[in-house]
Amino acid sequence: MSPLRVATDGWVVAKRNLIKIKRVPEIMVFVLMSPIMFVLLFAYVFGGAIDAGPGLDYKEFLIGGIFAQTVVFGATYSGAALAEDMQKGFIDRFRSLPMSRSAVLVGRTTSDVVYNVVSLAVMAITGLFVGWRAHGSILETAAAFALLLVFAYAISWVMAFIGLIVPSVDVINNASFLVIMPLTFVSNAFVPLESFPSGLRHVVEWNPVSAITQGVRELFGNVPDGMHVPEVWSMQHPVLYTLLWIVLILLVFVPLSVRQYQRTTGK
Amino acid sequence: MGEMIQARGLVKRYGEVEALSGLDLTVPQGTVLGLLGPNGAGKTTAVRILTTLLKPDDGQAEVAGVDVLADPNGVRRRIGLSGQYAAVDEYLTGFENLQMVGRLYGMSARRAGARARELLERFGLTDAADRPSKTYSGGMRRRLDLAGALVAEPPVLVLDEPTTGLDPRSRQQMWDVIRDLVGSGATLLLTTQYLEEADLLADNIVVIDQGRAIAEGTADELKSQTGGERIELVVADGARTDDAARLLGEIAAGDVIRRDRGLSAAVSGDGAGQLRVLLDRLAEADIALLDIGLRRPTLDDVFLELTGHVAEAGDSQTDDATEEVSR
Ligand SMILES: Nc1ncnc2c1ncn2[C@@H]1O[C@H](COP(=O)(O)OP(=O)(O)O)[C@@H](O)[C@H]1O
Ligand SMILES: [Mg+2]
Repeated sequence: MSPLRVATDGWVVAKRNLIKIKRVPEIMVFVLMSPIMFVLLFAYVFGGAIDAGPGLDYKEFLIGGIFAQTVVFGATYSGAALAEDMQKGFIDRFRSLPMSRSAVLVGRTTSDVVYNVVSLAVMAITGLFVGWRAHGSILETAAAFALLLVFAYAISWVMAFIGLIVPSVDVINNASFLVIMPLTFVSNAFVPLESFPSGLRHVVEWNPVSAITQGVRELFGNVPDGMHVPEVWSMQHPVLYTLLWIVLILLVFVPLSVRQYQRTTGK
Repeated sequence: MGEMIQARGLVKRYGEVEALSGLDLTVPQGTVLGLLGPNGAGKTTAVRILTTLLKPDDGQAEVAGVDVLADPNGVRRRIGLSGQYAAVDEYLTGFENLQMVGRLYGMSARRAGARARELLERFGLTDAADRPSKTYSGGMRRRLDLAGALVAEPPVLVLDEPTTGLDPRSRQQMWDVIRDLVGSGATLLLTTQYLEEADLLADNIVVIDQGRAIAEGTADELKSQTGGERIELVVADGARTDDAARLLGEIAAGDVIRRDRGLSAAVSGDGAGQLRVLLDRLAEADIALLDIGLRRPTLDDVFLELTGHVAEAGDSQTDDATEEVSR
């Protein structure tokens, strides 16, 4: 199947997913509410209690973590939507058509980029309200958002795979919670690395969520001179390390998901 | 080309369950095959294999001359599937649903749109065309789903229980639509749990139970297999059902089939005479009836006799029946 066909079929499927947002505006409200709530909660409730380091404003520290966490959580939607298509037998319709084998997944993960663009925009605005600022150049700031979007895209493929193997929509929400909660909380997204006990600290240092958080902080210029950056490769080169993860995830989960898709039938 | 669907020895296992145990199917061009069986018989499994959604553990199948395993996309280009559960996107309008399907068959947006309007018109959905299909009735959704199967005018259509769950009026509408299709020369595989439906729509019927074909033929051929006329009766007092069944058994030519207080059995020779004898004996035994009558066999009788699901006879009877009718 030609790449052009993958693109046109994928676009047809993505358009279908986006129409749903138009018809069910509540989805967007929820997509937007939780990041706003997170920013406000952490800035005002925990802001005083957590010491991000000497001379460091917790809000500045926090935004990178919130951005990373939100796009990772947002990917759950990919999985849930696929699980729903399976439960309702819609996947059978797609699979009986002579369309590109990866188009349903390409379309799904692509339409999630749209969700993420919107939710990042809303979070950035909320961040500006509570006093966060990007101190880097425009290019660096754009690179930070791009990195978040590409990372989210990769995670969408992981969730798509999970969505195809779970028996129902309810299961995916719980399953992804089990994966995502530890992934985002056992990271430097909300608390400084130094606050973890030494055994766990290694996990935190090599956790890709820590890397993207650190990378985004650097690009935003939210890492003040005084902040200690651990002497491990992953934390010294967070952007590169994140990109490696993105490539690895896509290399593994794109073929895995496409193969699973071809085996799936409606429940 | 003679056969549009040809399947040989299809086997599919789900763990312990053997959903299909060596099913053969043949559908000549321009004919309708009714795959008739109760819930869990393996109908959907067979449909899924023939429409490339599922790989069989054993056996082979060709649809429109294309091997389902070797060239699944080739098969997909030549079939239209309307699955057991209407696969319409409830957030999309009827038009958007059909246009999307057309696009995924590789049509241009414009051509897919024109085809969508045409089908909506043909299926009486023009007024609802631009409403999200969430607002459609069950019958309308089902028709929209069937329209989806017709978008690319495929030479082979596969409909899995197209009327299950529909109210009588919607069912009648669906039948009209399907008969229209058949009139226009489509080759069709249709699964159903309703004998009436198979009788009405299908040229040939394959009765399937527990993953294997247990009988095959036209509706008339199947009916003739159950023999002649039948006596049917309903006992007024449930406690006397056993007694009535014994009396009926004395004059019956075959086994007595029993459903609650209802009994039926085939009789040979002079049906009316037998009925009179039975009435006398029942009166003698003081067994009151709600209803009694003499009936030409229907496909229902064939079905019960073959599958034994409603009859309380043991497995041996079912097996005998199986042997008698399957070649
Ligand atoms: N995905 C599955 N996993 C396990 N068992 C299944 C699955 N699909 C079908 N079966 C079993 O296979 C048998 C045939 O099912 P099916 O083909 O759906 O029958 P029908 O469509 O005639 O009702 C049933 O016993 C059913 O429980
Ligand atoms: Mg079924």
